Amino acid sequence: MSTGDPGTRESQRRDDESATADLSTAPKSDVPSSAVGLGSRGWLRWMWRQLTSMRTALLLLFLLAIGSIPGSILPQKSIQPSEVTRYLADNPGLGQFFDSIGFFNVFSTPWYVAIYLLLLVSLVGCIVPRTRLHWKAMRSLPPKAPSRLSRLAESSSWEVDSTALAPQDVLNETAQELQRKRWRIHVTDFDGSTGAVSGEKGYLRETGNLIFHIAIVVLLLAVALGGMFGWRGQALVIEGESFSDTVTQYDSFNAGRLVDSGDLPPFSFTLNSFTATFQEAGDQQGSPRTFEADVTYRDNPEATPAQKTVQVNDPLIVDGAKAFLVGHGYAPVIEVKDPDGQVIYEAPTVFLQTDGNFTSNGVVKLPDNDPRLGFQALFLPTASVDEVLGPISTFPDLLDPAIFLSAWEGDLGLDDGIPQSVYRMDTSKMTQLGIKAIVPGESWELPGGRGSVSLTGVKQYAVFDVAYDPARFYALGGSIFAILGLMLSLFIPRRRVFVRVTGNATSTPSGDGPGTRIEVAGLSRTDESGLKPAVEEIAAVVAQIVPPASEPVTDQTSSQAGRDA
Amino acid sequence: MSVNESLAQISNGLVYSSMVVYAGSLVLFASSFASSRPLDEADSDASEADAKTKATTPAEASSAAAVAKAGKAQAKTSASKSSARAATPASSAATSASSSASDHGKSDNRELAPGRKAGNIAMSLMWLATLLLAAGVMARGFSAGRVPWGNMYEFSISSALAVAVIFLIISWKRDIRWLGMFVVGAVLLTLGAAVTILYTDSAQLVPALKSFWLVIHVLAAIICGGAFTVGAGYTVAYLIRERAEKKALAAGTTVAGWFSSRVPQADRLDSMAYRINAFVFPLWTFAVIAGAIWAENAWGRYWGWDPKETWAFITWVIYAGYLHARATAGWRGRKAAVIGLLGFTAFLINYFGVNFFASGLHSYAGVS
Repeated sequence: MSTGDPGTRESQRRDDESATADLSTAPKSDVPSSAVGLGSRGWLRWMWRQLTSMRTALLLLFLLAIGSIPGSILPQKSIQPSEVTRYLADNPGLGQFFDSIGFFNVFSTPWYVAIYLLLLVSLVGCIVPRTRLHWKAMRSLPPKAPSRLSRLAESSSWEVDSTALAPQDVLNETAQELQRKRWRIHVTDFDGSTGAVSGEKGYLRETGNLIFHIAIVVLLLAVALGGMFGWRGQALVIEGESFSDTVTQYDSFNAGRLVDSGDLPPFSFTLNSFTATFQEAGDQQGSPRTFEADVTYRDNPEATPAQKTVQVNDPLIVDGAKAFLVGHGYAPVIEVKDPDGQVIYEAPTVFLQTDGNFTSNGVVKLPDNDPRLGFQALFLPTASVDEVLGPISTFPDLLDPAIFLSAWEGDLGLDDGIPQSVYRMDTSKMTQLGIKAIVPGESWELPGGRGSVSLTGVKQYAVFDVAYDPARFYALGGSIFAILGLMLSLFIPRRRVFVRVTGNATSTPSGDGPGTRIEVAGLSRTDESGLKPAVEEIAAVVAQIVPPASEPVTDQTSSQAGRDA
Repeated sequence: MSVNESLAQISNGLVYSSMVVYAGSLVLFASSFASSRPLDEADSDASEADAKTKATTPAEASSAAAVAKAGKAQAKTSASKSSARAATPASSAATSASSSASDHGKSDNRELAPGRKAGNIAMSLMWLATLLLAAGVMARGFSAGRVPWGNMYEFSISSALAVAVIFLIISWKRDIRWLGMFVVGAVLLTLGAAVTILYTDSAQLVPALKSFWLVIHVLAAIICGGAFTVGAGYTVAYLIRERAEKKALAAGTTVAGWFSSRVPQADRLDSMAYRINAFVFPLWTFAVIAGAIWAENAWGRYWGWDPKETWAFITWVIYAGYLHARATAGWRGRKAAVIGLLGFTAFLINYFGVNFFASGLHSYAGVS
């Protein structure tokens, strides 16, 4: 409260302060008191006060916001590890520096964790004392009316015919009415010259505020629990093939610290078919329209199988875990025969997409054959040859598939024991035998009678993310309570109103002596337009209890709510 | 399901027509603002009362509102309060309040204040343009048989509509013609970007967007965008006006400055900015959480620090900081206002920047 009136007497100031006391439990902006000469306990207390002060909380919120920015600009190891590798290769100096300060892993670097842990401590340090204060406030009566009600944000006053009702009765009836309107009240009895009723409302505002902050703590704990007890893995499944939920079947697998990887739920599924449709015309040509993975699954090896069509927003839910469809691609079925016509390789081979139209790369390595053979291949679902770019796919669907093969002979580099990607082939110690483009059903006789290679068909594969987060419902609960608490704390107004009766039990307005006066005033904790009508409503209530004298209305002061709260 | 091409054509026509009408509205708002007589504090008080209770003089209006319910209660001027008000230099012109305010109130039989007519036409044009835009947005939705926010173009025209609608809702109860320029400017910029760089033909959704959560999550984000924009308009006006008021207080004069003298007093602007931001913050929280629920259902994790998620979080954190600053002594006023504008900047980066400069899961059809 800071209504500027330098002439206010000290006693009145104390009155006014008590009237507004505890309407807000917001921390005061604390100027650090002189810490000199404090003992270690004093220092600790000072530091705690600093940490839990609003200023520190604001600073930490800012650091959190600024600290998140590099995580959105630079690739993150946890999300796009290959992009990080590429960035480091492209910008060696800067990349090294960024890496050393954790910019490629922002959200789990010590400095980021420190910011949010400090914020968490600051939050708890704020919640605990405020809960105590609020508990007290809810159990205590509203304060007495300040001596000068006209100084409050909203006020009005008028003379009444005191013969209508004794002042104490006016107070009692007003108190009853306020109570009926769900105000918490406090009556100061009429002492012969003055008496007042105080009312307070909107305690739910602070309750909501506390709920919100506690819910945020719950949400953060749920995130931490999910990180410890949850796991997630990615698996690539070709049409007709099966997946069972064991760590070895995943292409990548991340588990929380407290997960027993040998104890995953024993479900399994078979990908019967995968279909994708794409926009065929217009400026969004090639844009995907539907992805459907048709699976047969079992909760455990003994269970009866069930059917499900998994879509992007419709995961397979088994045994607490969820399998999400996150990607797809082509697996051309390649068959290689030796010079005698014996099949030495026949398999749907996973190719990786390199552009939006599924121009895809793949390799076939035959280290056990003599001579050792290898094929680099480019698969095009809708083949065309661009003058500049060379062979390229022009549509993601299988409209005119073709495969461009490049055959190699020599050392595949697999004997060194260095692990190699199944999607790449090191041709540095190999010699190229030739290149050839074939379509499904065609064969290519390798030069020099080395055998033949053919494309016998094309299958599709689907990529599934399987995730399990036992704490996700706690996170959801925390979020819901956070919103509810936030709404209470922002939309419920916390207000006080005061009604005072001043005068003399025997005086009448018609006489020369001072008449009985009614004053109604209110104040609010925040900027709100609702205070004025609320005070007007109370004034109307009082006017009904004790009809005003018939003198004309002179004025009504305008709102100052915006400034005072 | 196929796309109704002719309806999509009609939608484009409606969006373009709305832009033409908005342009007219913008010109008139600007000329109205430029030719309006500088307001003083009392004026801005009165014009709000005027907007609420038409056809009565402000004196009658305010007293009637105050005491009508209180029967024939006799209200008295509070001496200390009026002295407190008189202490601010700009209210020295309080006497002019009633005369100028009645100008506004009895617009039928008195001469209009300068710039008032242009302002009225600008408001009417804005209503018309907004109806055209609303029809255009709806036609776009119907043409593909789904909600009209499936790509950046549609998201932008819907957001522009939200900005305009929120302005018109506020203007229902308050005279905020002075803000018209800013709001229509923002709407036109958004629509301009939409029809030039973001345009894509009406089409079906990509599988990732085929979800019930598209309706909820994106709608919430669009409404928030509209409200944040109007709130930012108030905040900018506040920062300019507040400086002018401080200068005026130091010099002992009335508020000067081409812009400052024509907008309401600083604490009103600050208060409105706060109300808008405080109203929309829970909705933004909801938008983020709805997004998290959707993410959990589509990608298997409710939070993954995707660039869009990260910037939504940054925006949330800054607006949370704004609300805290606003409740902390020593931070209210300019500091809080600057934080609010930072929050709006983060929102804009999230809206435009992330789609163009960061690669993530939130890339929409038509914008790579």
